[in-house]
Amino acid sequence: MRELIYLTVVLPLLGFLINGIFGSKIKNEKVIGIIGSSTIGISFIVTLFAFFETLSLPTDQRMLIVSLFTWLKVGGLDVSFAYQVDQLSLIMALIVTGVGFIIHVYSIGYMHGDKSFWRFFAYLNLFIFAMMNLILADNFVLLFLGWEGVGLCSYLLIGFWYDRKFEKSTTADAAKKAFIVNRIGDFGFLLGMFLIFLTFGSLNFNEVFSRANTFSVSTVTYGFIALFLFIGATGKSAQIPLYVWLPDAMAGPTPVSALIHAATMVTAGVYMVARTSIIFASAPDIMMVVAIIGVLTAFFAATIGIVQNDIKKVLAYSTVSQLGYMFLAMGVGAFGAGIFHVMTHAFFKALLFLGAGSVIHAMHEEQDIQKYGGLKKYMPHTALTFLIAALAISGIPPLSGFFSKDEILWYSYSNVGIIFWLVGVITAMMTAFYMFRLYLLTFEGKERFGHDKHPHESPKVMTIPLMVLAVLSVIGGFVGIPEVFSGEHGNQFHNWLSPIFADAERKLIHFGYHSHFEEILLMTLSVIFAGSSIFLVRYIYLKSPKIADNVSSRFSGLYKTLWNKYYVDEIYDAIIVNPIVVISKNVLWKFTDGKIIDGLIHSLAKLIDVSSSLFRKFQNGLAQFYALIMVLGIAFTLFWIIMSF
Amino acid sequence: MTITIEYYLILSAFMFIVGVAGVLTRRNAIIVFMCIELMLNSANLTLVAFSSYLGSSVGQLFVFFVMTVAAAEAAVGLAIIIAIFRNKLTVNIDDINILKW
Repeated sequence: MRELIYLTVVLPLLGFLINGIFGSKIKNEKVIGIIGSSTIGISFIVTLFAFFETLSLPTDQRMLIVSLFTWLKVGGLDVSFAYQVDQLSLIMALIVTGVGFIIHVYSIGYMHGDKSFWRFFAYLNLFIFAMMNLILADNFVLLFLGWEGVGLCSYLLIGFWYDRKFEKSTTADAAKKAFIVNRIGDFGFLLGMFLIFLTFGSLNFNEVFSRANTFSVSTVTYGFIALFLFIGATGKSAQIPLYVWLPDAMAGPTPVSALIHAATMVTAGVYMVARTSIIFASAPDIMMVVAIIGVLTAFFAATIGIVQNDIKKVLAYSTVSQLGYMFLAMGVGAFGAGIFHVMTHAFFKALLFLGAGSVIHAMHEEQDIQKYGGLKKYMPHTALTFLIAALAISGIPPLSGFFSKDEILWYSYSNVGIIFWLVGVITAMMTAFYMFRLYLLTFEGKERFGHDKHPHESPKVMTIPLMVLAVLSVIGGFVGIPEVFSGEHGNQFHNWLSPIFADAERKLIHFGYHSHFEEILLMTLSVIFAGSSIFLVRYIYLKSPKIADNVSSRFSGLYKTLWNKYYVDEIYDAIIVNPIVVISKNVLWKFTDGKIIDGLIHSLAKLIDVSSSLFRKFQNGLAQFYALIMVLGIAFTLFWIIMSF
Repeated sequence: MTITIEYYLILSAFMFIVGVAGVLTRRNAIIVFMCIELMLNSANLTLVAFSSYLGSSVGQLFVFFVMTVAAAEAAVGLAIIIAIFRNKLTVNIDDINILKW
């Protein structure tokens, strides 16, 4: 089955082609939906078989490269369409196809009645195609193809409702913003790739990584490669300073937010760092940068999330924050823990977004949580699954989020220092706070919506995916029970991934020895913090809602700053966007383009015009005049020849 | 008095100049055409003169060729002039300036 892994790429492409070309002719939504979903469903089954086959093999035979054809061969560069089936890519492929399939099914219900139903499914399939290329690639170029492909699909899907208003502009502007910010990151990624090729003479993963073990390369070179790659990752995975596109990406339909902007695409950066772990491990300074950026992103995004009132905005900042955790894990060398969090986060964040979609659906496109309230009564399934996801993301044991998040916190304490742990725990507290604020304002308390709204539970095609994800959110963590609980077997998830990160971990120096007692103590502390935070928010928003207003008016400056997202968008506008616009308009366009380039061409044309108006006089169409010129020419030539004797 | 080659050449040059002058100055296409024939024949005269002067028959041989070509040219040229006359009802070459764009 492992050799058939290319089907997981080909089938979504096929689905895209069928729905993309014939979709507008197929009037039946069911047919389109089944074509779109089944291609992903079959891909998931193929991946599942490949996974179990790999699981049954001894560790040293688990990696397989399925080579399809040679793509580019120029000089020393040899790139082929080859897919690498190994422990890491299989985990990612399972997440993408599995969660992707669930979201496809959900979309059949959510997008029901949309005039471009077929276009939506075509784009979703194209996205899975690109994402699978990204994950399964065995070289940087193919990874980059997928990397750009998912960026394109993200753009297409954010702007899916291109004629709708979004905040101050349109969804098309949000799509453009996402694309351009991503391009900035991609530029860094490209530079990293060039530097890798320059240093190691190859872009193939196995060659580069084995040469990284044997070649003697300076730390500075490693540092630059890692930094450039990390810039690429900050763009795709929405980290400081390039996270600004993700909140705006919420302009897209909610299943898109769940699939692309929560579960899969935004984790591509984490995956890429994990894949190139050996390079990052060789540049300890950059590892520290990754950890700092990660923890800062986690912290600041969480603070913004606390005050937002748009249900999807809160979830968007929550995603940015959780991605920060993943990068914290990468930065402290806990690659396995980061990938573990990618997986659990995919479950509960997709669930949260789909639950939010269900609510938005029921409330006729209303997204302001201040205008919700008491919805539990009307939509019990959505409320229950949302609650499970909120508990999972808050890190309440034994739900999945607890295991992955605590593992990251533990490694940041044991590998680097208590400061990272502390910021991480405060962020976890805030996470619990805003998640339960969201839950309580939406599903509990008094009804704050008008009588024109008639909330209702969503159809089964939407609630069943919610339940499946809820089950996964509950049990997803058990594959990675930490050593302290599972005893001699150790962490199964880590054992599975360890061959991938073995080289990187050998290079890293771990600090000191830490006892199991410490681990359990820290774990208990973080659970207590998260739990108390939930009780606090319950008290504030259910018992005495006035407290929230009092606090926000007491600290109105802080509140305003958070409400306006630290004015980062405004700052970027002021120091980057506007200068670029002004310079582009006045210097590049009006001067360089208008005066220099156009001026050059215009004066050249003028020169030809003037000179030809002179020569045009000779072309009067009179044969005799031509003959005269010819005779004069001959006479002159003869004269000249004679005189030269 | 022997007639040396110079006489032939002078006569030939004179004929040629008359032909050129005719081609350049006259407006009637027929006359222009005849002047072209005059130029051709002046060239023929030169060829024959040199042939006799050098005691070689090559020049005479060329004359035959020139006469053949001139005959063909006369046929084609006159046909063109007739065709133009049918179209424009004139053979004044000042009015025939369609070479100009």
